[in-house]
Amino acid sequence: MGTEKRKPFLEVLIRQRYLFLMSFPFLAWLFVFSYVPIWGWTMAFQSFRPGKAFGEQKWVGFDNFIALFADERFYMVLRNTLGMSLLALLVGYTVPIIFALILNEVRHQLFKRSIQTITYLPHFVSWVIVAGLVSKMLSIEGIINEILMSLHIVNEPVQFMQKERWFWGIVTASDMWKETGWNSIIFLAAIIGIDPELHEAATVDGAGRFRRMWHITLPGIRPTIMVMLILSIGWLTSIGFEKQFLLGNPIVNDYAEVLDLYVLNYGIKVGRYSYGTAIGIFNSLVSIILLVISNAIFKRTTKESVI
Amino acid sequence: MSGAAAGARRRRQGLAFYGFLYLFMILVSAITLYPFLNILAISLNDATDSMRGGIYLWPRVFTLQNYSAIFRFSNLLTAFQNSVLRTVIGTVLGVFAAAMIAFTVSRKDFVARRFVSVVLALTLYFSGGLVPVYMLLRDLHLLNSFWVYIFPGLVNAWNVFVLRSYMDGLPFVLQESAKLDGASDWRIFISVILPLCKPVLATIALFIAVGQWNAWFDTFLYNSGKPGLTTLQYELMKILQNTASQGGQTVRDQREMVGRISPESIRMAITFVAAVPIILVYPFLQKYFVKGLTLGAVKS
Repeated sequence: MGTEKRKPFLEVLIRQRYLFLMSFPFLAWLFVFSYVPIWGWTMAFQSFRPGKAFGEQKWVGFDNFIALFADERFYMVLRNTLGMSLLALLVGYTVPIIFALILNEVRHQLFKRSIQTITYLPHFVSWVIVAGLVSKMLSIEGIINEILMSLHIVNEPVQFMQKERWFWGIVTASDMWKETGWNSIIFLAAIIGIDPELHEAATVDGAGRFRRMWHITLPGIRPTIMVMLILSIGWLTSIGFEKQFLLGNPIVNDYAEVLDLYVLNYGIKVGRYSYGTAIGIFNSLVSIILLVISNAIFKRTTKESVI
Repeated sequence: MSGAAAGARRRRQGLAFYGFLYLFMILVSAITLYPFLNILAISLNDATDSMRGGIYLWPRVFTLQNYSAIFRFSNLLTAFQNSVLRTVIGTVLGVFAAAMIAFTVSRKDFVARRFVSVVLALTLYFSGGLVPVYMLLRDLHLLNSFWVYIFPGLVNAWNVFVLRSYMDGLPFVLQESAKLDGASDWRIFISVILPLCKPVLATIALFIAVGQWNAWFDTFLYNSGKPGLTTLQYELMKILQNTASQGGQTVRDQREMVGRISPESIRMAITFVAAVPIILVYPFLQKYFVKGLTLGAVKS
């Protein structure tokens, strides 16, 4: 049996050698750069010291996690992460849908395409630049303050970037400015895919523009909406730190520090590698749990699976 | 009730709706474009004059001096070189790698097809996290090295899947007839598949290039100890952060003098230089990437 099975396999191996040669070296590559770091999770259960061999490390069990959950700052960081993630989910998900619905009503093709080109632009610009633009617009002599002053909404310029309570809002609004156009692409494509006869039939039946949006367009793009929702929920805790790092400053730090920044500040910078790894594991677990739960709900309601 | 009156009312409503719609879209565009036009205007304005403020869309005292001033900072030239280099090398290698893997997983007859797909897909859902990756790169001696910009992200599963779904849409007959002519799989890939995939390859190239050009965090975390490996976005980050907030967060210790001494107009000129390659390139590729993005999302 063994020889019988091995021979065809060898044959296949030789026949498809190019296919193997074109994929397996890259798998080895992925193994090193994506899978080996998972092995690094063992650091979270050690009192890791760089330079020592794996066998020489001291094992400490769950001590790092206990220390993490005992740290008050951790809960603050967690609050910031979830707070800004939820805002990002709420805005970064609904606004592009609405934008796509509105943009779809534009009939003039050249105008429509120009709007698309313009609104996609910020997506391609780095967060470094966007953060620079945002702080400029929101500075004391910035355009926002100038407008607010001339409308007499405020009497003196607001130092937006220095106010803790503005920070989440600023991050969310910057995100909206940068990504709304881009995120609407997928919904716009789904809208265009809807059978135009449905709209014609509804128009004949006397349905107005908004009724058609509500009863035809929205249900038509429901699958896309659901998939994007599940994916965004899975990414909830991995919002990254770029925005927070670049827009934050010491004054607003209590509202700007998110999990990854916490890892950076208390894991890498001060050399508490084990502690930093424990935070990373916690982060991954939360996002996997969220993804699985949201996918299960999705499966129950639609009998489909995203993962 | 006469039909003509109802029709007229409906037309009036439609007109009001479109008026509002177009106005709204113009407003959105203005909000999107204003910051860019504003920094362009400031970067073209005399540096001392800019300090008076009040520059919106047009420079008051036109000058190109701010742009020539950039050349005085030798670290910016190094940074520019490195950014260009990492963008070119990273894009070429990344596109090629993604295309090769995508080709193998698009082949229904490939025995390891599922295995390759799963190994790829898993990387989309988890990552080791900052510290383990940092330790790995340290062990591989990739810290303070140019290759840390290229190697870790070389194989991107998302790009592979976008390419794969495009290749799935190509008729398999083409490959079969090439095979009958005696072409090897490698030949088929090079002379049949790649030429047909040009639009989606352009999309992937754009995505990778933008990611490479815009990256600053890897320089910050892995290469900040070696000034010769600095990148444009990292230098810009230091300059902008420097003036945006005085005093350091724990992670922002190393600051350079460039930011403190350079007036706003010069900073805006640097910002514009860092943004302009993308602003110039992407409108030409728009029709491709919209298609590519939609394909990838539908598939996954």
